[in-house]
Amino acid sequence: MNDEIILSARGLHKSFHKDRNEVPVLRGLDLEVTPGVVTALVGRSGSGKSTLMHLLASLDQPDRGEIYFGNERIDNASRPRRDFYRNREIGIIFQFYHLLPELSAVENVLAPMMIGQSAWSYFRHRKEARLRAEAMLDRVGLLHRATHRPAEMSGGEMQRAAIARALMTDPRLLLADEPTGNLDTETGLDILKLLTELNQLDGLSILMITHDDSIAAGADVCHRMQDGQLQINPAQPNFQVADNRIPA
Amino acid sequence: MYRWLLCFRYLRTRYIALASIISVTLGVATLIVVNSVMAGFSAEMHDRLHGVAGDIMIECQASGGMPDPDAHLAEIRRICGKDLVGFTASVHVPAMLGIEYNGQLITGHVNLVGLDPKTFDQVSQFGRHLLHPENQEQVSFDLREGGYAPERVQFPPAGWSYRRVKVEYERALAAEQARIDAMRARTDTESTTVSETFESAGPSVNFGPTVNFGSSNTTETDTASGPSVGIGPGSELFADGETATAQKFDPKTEQFPGIILGIATCSVRHRDANNQVQDFYYGLPGDDVRMMFPNAAENTKVVNQKFTVVDLYESGMSEYDGSFAFCRLDQLQEFRGMIDPQSGTRSVTTIQLKMAEGTNLAAVRDTLRRRFPPQQYAYNIQTWRDMQGPLLAAVRLETMILNILLFLIIAVAGFGILATFFMIVVEKTRDIGTLKALGASGKGVMSIFLSYGLLLGFVGSGAGLLGGLLFVSNINEIASVIEKITGQEVFDPTVYYFSEIPTIVHPWTLAWVMAGAVTIAVIASVLPAMRAARMNPVRALRFE
Repeated sequence: MNDEIILSARGLHKSFHKDRNEVPVLRGLDLEVTPGVVTALVGRSGSGKSTLMHLLASLDQPDRGEIYFGNERIDNASRPRRDFYRNREIGIIFQFYHLLPELSAVENVLAPMMIGQSAWSYFRHRKEARLRAEAMLDRVGLLHRATHRPAEMSGGEMQRAAIARALMTDPRLLLADEPTGNLDTETGLDILKLLTELNQLDGLSILMITHDDSIAAGADVCHRMQDGQLQINPAQPNFQVADNRIPA
Repeated sequence: MYRWLLCFRYLRTRYIALASIISVTLGVATLIVVNSVMAGFSAEMHDRLHGVAGDIMIECQASGGMPDPDAHLAEIRRICGKDLVGFTASVHVPAMLGIEYNGQLITGHVNLVGLDPKTFDQVSQFGRHLLHPENQEQVSFDLREGGYAPERVQFPPAGWSYRRVKVEYERALAAEQARIDAMRARTDTESTTVSETFESAGPSVNFGPTVNFGSSNTTETDTASGPSVGIGPGSELFADGETATAQKFDPKTEQFPGIILGIATCSVRHRDANNQVQDFYYGLPGDDVRMMFPNAAENTKVVNQKFTVVDLYESGMSEYDGSFAFCRLDQLQEFRGMIDPQSGTRSVTTIQLKMAEGTNLAAVRDTLRRRFPPQQYAYNIQTWRDMQGPLLAAVRLETMILNILLFLIIAVAGFGILATFFMIVVEKTRDIGTLKALGASGKGVMSIFLSYGLLLGFVGSGAGLLGGLLFVSNINEIASVIEKITGQEVFDPTVYYFSEIPTIVHPWTLAWVMAGAVTIAVIASVLPAMRAARMNPVRALRFE
């Protein structure tokens, strides 16, 4: 295994069943994500992007194939291991933000911390956790919204809060499932800018899924998904990224 | 941590769940009210049942009673040891009570109890239930001047003052009657001379039995009682007889042996036109009453004895109030001939024991039964609980059935919680998916909903606890409001001798009612919580 590769998938197969018909979604997909770069996966609706995302986030399990996080096989790891993986090692943001509506922005950002720790240890470190959550909100430019509920925020603000939440536990990889899919172009570009910034300034590795070629154009590496497989598309190389990337 | 944060938030934002918990609240409140009232009721009843009976009763079935009670007491003291804190010997005898009222004899069956005023109060709360405040302190069988039942406005005048007025009135009435009769006799003599001889012969015949009756008894009181029995015959001579006895006995200054009547033996309770409860007394302290009871001789005869009512006994148990009369032990022993002429020892029929607090009464009873086996002694040895066994058992059974029924109500409420929780789990499907995506385990998600159930259970039963306690502390006011609205009396004072509803709140009852309700709420949330835990995160995230 290459130490350079942060997340890799080998020969992933996944199919869904509907009325006894097998609908294959992924057919032997291979993927490698290199650290410190923004990787984009482009595909049309129904190409299996989201399914791949769920498999990579270990929310679902492939029918065949393997997923490695670093050198560790994650797809068939134990439940607590996978919970830990989702909680600490990766961050996920969704198209529909998926903030908890009962909690304020800062509480939403704190949620992964609360989930990852026992009540007692969280209670002891609650001040530091709170400070870190506020720092995260500040980082995404949402500190003034800290006590607001998701219902009181705009889509862009919600997605920023979701990014802050994903960064809370300091993950090595951010999985973004159509992060701009539900936003207007301008707001979407703002979010994209934020993600690029995080990648460039903090060296965060990002795997982004999108159906929008213009968004994928901002990525360092771009893969196209078709028929449940990955096609490396040399026709869309990315030039601008290589220059201003901060060396790890 | 997040589970508590979330379930507190859910509690504040999901009012539908609070609606489902209201049934738990009501169930808990009802349980607390019912248990408090039942506990108050049964404590009051225990109190009253125990009020007239000692802890352990040794009753002799034989009419002559047990000879030599002192030897028995010595033996009992040896058996019971230091647990015995008090005892009293008494004579119980079935008797017929006769009250003269308005020229009629009102009769009733009573248990006449001859008691020792010094020791009887040690074993039971006899004095407490008397009407005169001084008698409550120390029982006396002498009539008091007045001041009976000072706290009762409607209680008619009683005591010596009443007795003097009454005797005055009766004498005046008798004198007037005699005058009218004499006048009528004169007119009769004028019309017929035949009837005069007949009438003058009659009275002497009628008078005979009265004298005989009096002489058959040793006490002077019985001589005095004679005339009133012979009320039927010629009223002219009746007046004569009265004056003859009055020389020996002046009811204005003297009294017969004292007797304390159960209040219901000499009074009736009814409602007047305004629906107010009224008591009407046939006999009051100061009146003379007649008692007929068997003597202790082998050839049993009826003793007919006059007593003066010196007080009334009101325990609140209609069973006791309507069937007991109390007089002095030594007098009753004399009347019944229970004194051995040679040795002078007095027999008794009943020994009551008072044991130290916390003594195992049943064990003492069994020991005593072994010492006095029924083959040899005609004794009936019982604890006070044995005597009232069926009644106490009925109350216990009633309480238990009510508890079961009310817990079933809470269990029904549990199904309401179950349904509401399923709804909430479905509504929260996306959030559950989110939590899982953030690394929450199935167990963690499950515990959110279990904690939620627990919290709802606490809130619901806590509100029920408060409501129940409030209800209990204001139960009499609430009862009077209900009475006003419905026009139905909740506690009919002609049926229950309670002026207000008795309640006792046992902390343990509160604890187990709370625990039961919370447990039901948690159990009801198990299924929805399991469903939430097993939810597929991918499907949950896609859920719209």
